[in-house]
Amino acid sequence: MIAVADPVQTGRTIVAVIGNPNTGKSSLFSALTGIRQHVGNYPGITVERKEGRCRMGERDVTLVDLPGTYSLAALSADEQIVLDVLSGRQGSMPAPAAVVCVVDASNLRRNLFLLSQVVEIGLPVVIALNMVDEAQQRGIKIDVAALSSKLGVPVVPTVAVKGKGLDELRRAVAGVLEAPTKPRSVAWPAPVVEARAVVDEAARKQGRTLNDADLSRLVFDVEPGIAAFPGLVEARDRAHQGLRSAGHDPLSVEALVRYGHLDELLAGTVVREEGPADRRPYAIDRVFTHRVGGLLVFSLFMFFVFASVYWIARPAMDGIEWSFGRLAAWAGATLEGHAMLQSLIVDGAIAGVGGVMVFLPQILILFLFVAVLEDSGYMARAAFLMDKVFSWTGLNGKSFVPMLSSFACAVPAILTTRTIEDPKARLSTILVSPLMSCSARLPVYVLMIGAFIEPRFGPVWAGAALFAMHLLGLVVAIPIAFVINRFLLKLKPLPFILEMPPYRLPSPRGVARRMFLSGREFVVRAGTVIFAISIIVWALSYFPHRAEVGDAAAKSLPASVSEGERGRAVRSAYLEQSVLGRFGKVVQPVFAPAGFDWKTTVAVLAAFPAREVVVSTLGILYSADETQEGALRAEMTRATWPDGTRVYTPAMAMAVMVFFAFCLQCGSTMSVMAREASWKWAGFAFVYMTSLAWVAAVITFQAGRALAV
Amino acid sequence: MKTLKELGLLKGGRIGEVAGRGPLAQRLLAMGFLPGTRLRVVQIAPFGDPVTVELDGWRVSLRLQEADALRIIPDADAPANGNGNGKAHG
Repeated sequence: MIAVADPVQTGRTIVAVIGNPNTGKSSLFSALTGIRQHVGNYPGITVERKEGRCRMGERDVTLVDLPGTYSLAALSADEQIVLDVLSGRQGSMPAPAAVVCVVDASNLRRNLFLLSQVVEIGLPVVIALNMVDEAQQRGIKIDVAALSSKLGVPVVPTVAVKGKGLDELRRAVAGVLEAPTKPRSVAWPAPVVEARAVVDEAARKQGRTLNDADLSRLVFDVEPGIAAFPGLVEARDRAHQGLRSAGHDPLSVEALVRYGHLDELLAGTVVREEGPADRRPYAIDRVFTHRVGGLLVFSLFMFFVFASVYWIARPAMDGIEWSFGRLAAWAGATLEGHAMLQSLIVDGAIAGVGGVMVFLPQILILFLFVAVLEDSGYMARAAFLMDKVFSWTGLNGKSFVPMLSSFACAVPAILTTRTIEDPKARLSTILVSPLMSCSARLPVYVLMIGAFIEPRFGPVWAGAALFAMHLLGLVVAIPIAFVINRFLLKLKPLPFILEMPPYRLPSPRGVARRMFLSGREFVVRAGTVIFAISIIVWALSYFPHRAEVGDAAAKSLPASVSEGERGRAVRSAYLEQSVLGRFGKVVQPVFAPAGFDWKTTVAVLAAFPAREVVVSTLGILYSADETQEGALRAEMTRATWPDGTRVYTPAMAMAVMVFFAFCLQCGSTMSVMAREASWKWAGFAFVYMTSLAWVAAVITFQAGRALAV
Repeated sequence: MKTLKELGLLKGGRIGEVAGRGPLAQRLLAMGFLPGTRLRVVQIAPFGDPVTVELDGWRVSLRLQEADALRIIPDADAPANGNGNGKAHG
């Protein structure tokens, strides 16, 4: 792992990369930094912060990839970050020394609107005229030299995904860093100049100097994002009055003047051949967004993604588990005689590392699809198709892919929420994603349904129960998202304005890079936490490990029992006497209303860091012979309360499944949540899901008992 | 003037007015939804919402709620207006 040193401390030159969404901005950033990049969040909010190192001429610079935006007038927190960083107000980062503005060559007019706002900050700017090949194919001719001289900004044609124009871009940035250029600003009509002067003067009187971009935001924005200027409200009102009396609408004057200026500037610089060729990149939309065909194709794609993550990852995961199993067996044999060290290495360390690595296949496969779906432009179509399902909750269609992916595993799914720009919508998607029934819950369902539902109600009901368990999470998640958005995050219903980019062929290099980076990040960041949790749980289920406990268990059995059975009894006794086992007995009354005995309670507690361990823990506690198929089922069926009634009734088995369906028993998910949001939010998710799980399990058990099943 | 919903699929027109005084209207203006700009409804989502419009050579989808801010002067009632915009897909 290469650590990107804190730029605040190193005084490194910062170059910000900005641009509209869908301009290939992130591809350009990746092409310039390679794998020397680092992804995190801005302090306190779920807005992605991407930084990387690269050489610009003689200099080492830190490149910062800012969230895509159409305007410096911010609608949401991710857009607010852009102006804050550019103006040097983002406390965690010094002001940039230059700006690379990435523009889509096919959409110059709209893209240069943002540029005309950005130049007002006063920083040197270089334009990366990206995807020039696509513009050419679409019959758009751009006179680069004329554009550059009219804007007063170096313009470098690039094709980021093919790595074209990058050296020229580096040279141009190095050039403006050496000899900063002053780009040309919009010439405002007199009434606007006056209005700006009114606000500027009021600010000066308060001892503040505003840059031109801040001034624009204060004068033009309906809700100025730079809210820290309370004393200027009166001056702003006066400025607006002046504008109105001169016949300008303060709401529209900025757009009208800037676009007017751009139209003049682009006349003769950009020649567009009008014609049917222009719609070619959208042609597949006739099927992909068709009201019947579109949903069909969408369902097919999503099924394919889900099936791949669920099943194709399986052999790789099995392989990883097998390898770690072999490693554990070898380590166990090597360390024979050092009981504690052996257990620490085998059950703690190796199991911990294995528990991290086992997620890698799913993460890589999911990110393969996410990269392809995003880079091809299909993700926007998916959001368009699914929007109606989510809009009432305050979310939009972009939450669909993370939620679907959660059915395989919430860990990679939470990483994919980065495709959601709005930080609050992203946060609430993160909070509800673990409710989807992931593949680690399946062993519990299979065990319970196989043992207590199928024998009594038959295979049809068994299948129905399995399906119902998977549906449960989704049915509950969407209303919960509504409640979280409405009452907790107080999510302002954001306008859904989503660009449908032309379809593009994803570059294999870009896709591979994204897979690699997300895999590396997971292993390094989440992996360390997961590993630590594994060691802690090992300790809780190992200590105090007094030898007399094992001896007593071994001696209590008649001499005739087999070596294996004796070993199982000893392990079971140690676990019962461990901190975890004792704690389980103490806590059991809490789970009594759901019908759990102390063994089930201990297994549930042991499963909090990773739910899949429940089956093996139950196996140890019930001293089931793991080499014999169905041994655990038989032991569980035989288990009775002191009064002779069965512990495991269908109602209790259902209660266990419902508990697992809702409970956040996954240290990996928690650590990824903490990383993408914060530990506070991970804690919140833990509390709400566990409470929900307990209540639902109690209701299930009590209702089942009332119905006498 | 009509809303996008009233305009209907594959129909075009010019923006007459961007209604509203909020951040939404400001954003639409910033994205180039200026009075006089030509646009065309190119897609309607399966559940009737959102809709995708084409303007100035690019496409964007809007929920009907947001799209209501746009008041459109439909192209002359003539069935197809000659320059290829009123006809089916390109």
